[in-house]
Amino acid sequence: MVKLTINGIDYEVERDKTVLQVCNDIGIDIPTLCHDERLEPYAACRMCLVEIEGAKNLQTSCSTKVREGMVVHTHNDKVMDARRDVLDLLLSNHPIDCLTCEKSGQCKLQDYAYEYGVREGTYVGEMRNKPIDDSNHFYTYDPDKCILCGLCVRVCDELQNTNAIGFEDRGFGTIVATPFDQGLGNSACVSCGNCVSVCPVGALMPKYDTKFRLWETKKVRTTCSYCGVGCQMDLLVKGDKVVGVEPAFDTFNNGLLCVKGKFGYKFINHGDRLKTPLIKKDGEFVEASWDEAYKLIISKIEDTKAKYGADALAGLSSARCTNEENYMFQKFMRAAIGTNNVDHCARL
Amino acid sequence: MMSQEKLREIKENARPLLDERLKVEDKTEVRDGNIVLKGDYYKKQVRIALRNCEIILPESIEEYIALDGYSALGKMLFEMTPEDVVNTMIESNLRGRGGAGFPAGRKWLEAFKYDADQKYIICNADEGDPGAYMDRSILEGDPHSVLEGMAIAGYAIGANQGFIYVRAEYPLAVKRLQAAIKQAKEYGVLGNNIFGTDFSFDIELRLGAGAFVCGEGTALMESIEGKRGMPRVKIHRTAHRGLWQKPTVINNVETLANIPVIFQRGAKWFRGIGTEKSPGTKVFALVGKVKESGLVEVPMGTSLREIVFDIGGGVADGKAAKAVQTGGPSGGCIPVELFDTPVDFESLAKIGSIMGSGGMVVMDETDCMVDIARFFLEFSVDESCGKCVPCREGTKRMLELLEKITGGNGEEEDIARMESLAVTISTGSLCGLGQTAPNPVTSTLHYFRDEYEAHIRDKTCPAGHCQALLEYYITEDCIGCTKCARSCPVSCISGKVKERHVIDTDACIKCGNCMEVCPVGAVILR
Ligand SMILES: Cc1cc2nc3c(=O)[nH]c(=O)nc-3n(C[C@H](O)[C@H](O)[C@H](O)COP(=O)(O)O)c2cc1C
Ligand code: SF4
Ligand code: SF4
Repeated sequence: MVKLTINGIDYEVERDKTVLQVCNDIGIDIPTLCHDERLEPYAACRMCLVEIEGAKNLQTSCSTKVREGMVVHTHNDKVMDARRDVLDLLLSNHPIDCLTCEKSGQCKLQDYAYEYGVREGTYVGEMRNKPIDDSNHFYTYDPDKCILCGLCVRVCDELQNTNAIGFEDRGFGTIVATPFDQGLGNSACVSCGNCVSVCPVGALMPKYDTKFRLWETKKVRTTCSYCGVGCQMDLLVKGDKVVGVEPAFDTFNNGLLCVKGKFGYKFINHGDRLKTPLIKKDGEFVEASWDEAYKLIISKIEDTKAKYGADALAGLSSARCTNEENYMFQKFMRAAIGTNNVDHCARL
Repeated sequence: MMSQEKLREIKENARPLLDERLKVEDKTEVRDGNIVLKGDYYKKQVRIALRNCEIILPESIEEYIALDGYSALGKMLFEMTPEDVVNTMIESNLRGRGGAGFPAGRKWLEAFKYDADQKYIICNADEGDPGAYMDRSILEGDPHSVLEGMAIAGYAIGANQGFIYVRAEYPLAVKRLQAAIKQAKEYGVLGNNIFGTDFSFDIELRLGAGAFVCGEGTALMESIEGKRGMPRVKIHRTAHRGLWQKPTVINNVETLANIPVIFQRGAKWFRGIGTEKSPGTKVFALVGKVKESGLVEVPMGTSLREIVFDIGGGVADGKAAKAVQTGGPSGGCIPVELFDTPVDFESLAKIGSIMGSGGMVVMDETDCMVDIARFFLEFSVDESCGKCVPCREGTKRMLELLEKITGGNGEEEDIARMESLAVTISTGSLCGLGQTAPNPVTSTLHYFRDEYEAHIRDKTCPAGHCQALLEYYITEDCIGCTKCARSCPVSCISGKVKERHVIDTDACIKCGNCMEVCPVGAVILR
């Protein structure tokens, strides 16, 4: 444990933590735009700057470990001025189109601008002016809104391990891009959307087919139904429609999903989706109740088993079931039906 | 295999040959037992880092050995423990010549104490300051002194691998280094079992692609690791977790070139040169409006006046000196009134500049300090890596404000704007580039505020430099030939034949035609 003073109050905290982590623990809110606990500290956005007595410059709390006797100020004038100026600089190179921006309401830049009272960027000069890349099927990239926090680049590298995107050029001209600027559609991108999930602003946006504001939606926690891994996610539901998906951060998949979980939700409200079993009657599929369907299945199984023996039956299960469900299925085939003819599409 | 005896033998054979060659060339003389270059320019200099430059043949390891090269390394391997070597470095108080002035011995001690299976020495030869060529001269003129310095550092901290990060724009330095490494390995003073001991040390080159920021230690390591050269946050010291997360010492070329001599002559000798807090010498690249530009190596504490006037011969073309910029693009401008300031790390910092890597640009009365600030800031804007907000966005906005002022559109509040922005950039940036980028602006605002005010309030450039603020004016030398009036595309010159003409400056489009056609030079810019 180490003893330190934060904003005039003495604390005793765990060694090896950063000032930011300690402040989070004790409920002091420090703004961050480029920080993500899953990644190496990056210290680029400079929003988490704090004053540490004795240090010449302001220090980024995300990358500064607590030390015995440290005296920290997280919200004094010097710190607030620096944060305000950083926001001013960011907004001076950022389109102020919150009114129509899809990210509005869940944009960290907007939130901090509100919190710190920065109405607009006051530095007048050159602004980034690049075309939107919508060559990916599932999301768009608007470089003009990018604040270069690097979260997308680092998530793609450190967590997704795809390394599809990186920084190009330098200084004021720096931009997130694919190799040789070939566009996302021609890149190594696997469309997992993990970069989209961490973008704090509206630079990386899913291609939504419904307009919504975050506050109009409710979040429904569910398990992704595509495979047996069981990633947790929150469905964004507006009215009775699923309009988007966000990965859950507080569980084992730790904020990550794959392309199916992140973007493959539009079948839910699709008109072609089957909602009841169909039974073929006179050469045509007719809607039926589950009871009817089960009864038909049981009778067919019993008939076949009586006529040709249990080995005339085989069971194929799906990778979209969980391990437990697949276990039960093979048990059912072996114990209830009495055959070893059981297989699974992802057994490999 | 090399031995101390064999080294002595090579020296004894090579020295007479060297002496003979030098005698024929007749550009050196012997002063206090040392071979030095002849001439007034060199008289006031004390050359330690540059001791062999232009004297020995850089391709010849024998000539380096003839002047005691590799004797320090050979001796220490038998007579000193690594700890002794670290202690001697601490005692010498040699401070890093790459810019920050951090004591080399203290870095070495940290790396020495930190237990690890692998440690590294890096020589920072990225020399990116515009106009600086101290390191280049050493690499090209005396590569072995750097190799020996690195091997000594390696022995001290327990590293067996060194890297020289040299910019690809220095092809000759690269060639000489490659040749020197090859020779040194052949002679057994580098490579496996140096001097027959169990100390092994190899050196490889890594070529930098010319980004200034790659000279910053952490960006340099990222670059060697094959990543984009952007500074990384220092959660751990480089001496503990540096290159590939292993203990690493990074030293500058000039720092390393000093090291063999310190071990030949002792830490006490070294501390006898220069000042107490900044012992030894420093090499400067003296450029700009000075009569004799070139590399100058003087003891720390020498005054700016001595360097600019006694060695550099003062300002060229009979003009008056106005200021000197030290420390490269991130340094400050020092006005002529402060030329008696001794040049050492502390004194320069006190007056708002830095030692930096040793750039020294002399300015005369015709240099506009606002434009000088703009020029240096432009360099930082171009070279910012783009990682952190204050540097990437802030320096650009500051440059735009300066351009606004030199372009004649400055407004009263712009000065305060730049001052507050300078605080954000210098206290809020991630690495040294951003933290020091506002220095040229803050120092000129401090010492030459009146020039900024003249640009903004009076829309004039007192140095007569900023084009947008100058006016065409016809002096009383005018003979009334009417040529100018006839050449003016907007007809804003009036005057009768044989009478002095006048330009209507509001209508003037500053094309310069009148000045060109005037037969008596009566049209001036002011
Ligand atoms: C933007 C920037 C550029 C730098 N460029 C160089 C350089 O070209 N050469 C150099 O030796 N040091 C450079 N430095 C300083 C290095 O970070 C480091 O302090 C130095 O190499 C350490 O060696 P020393 O202690 O021997 O001086 C630079 C620093 C910054 C912030
Ligand atoms: S969608 Fe996934 S793979 Fe593609 S760039 Fe983003 S993180 Fe990388
Ligand atoms: S201060 Fe400038 S050069 Fe240094 S990390 Fe920040 S953007 Fe890059």
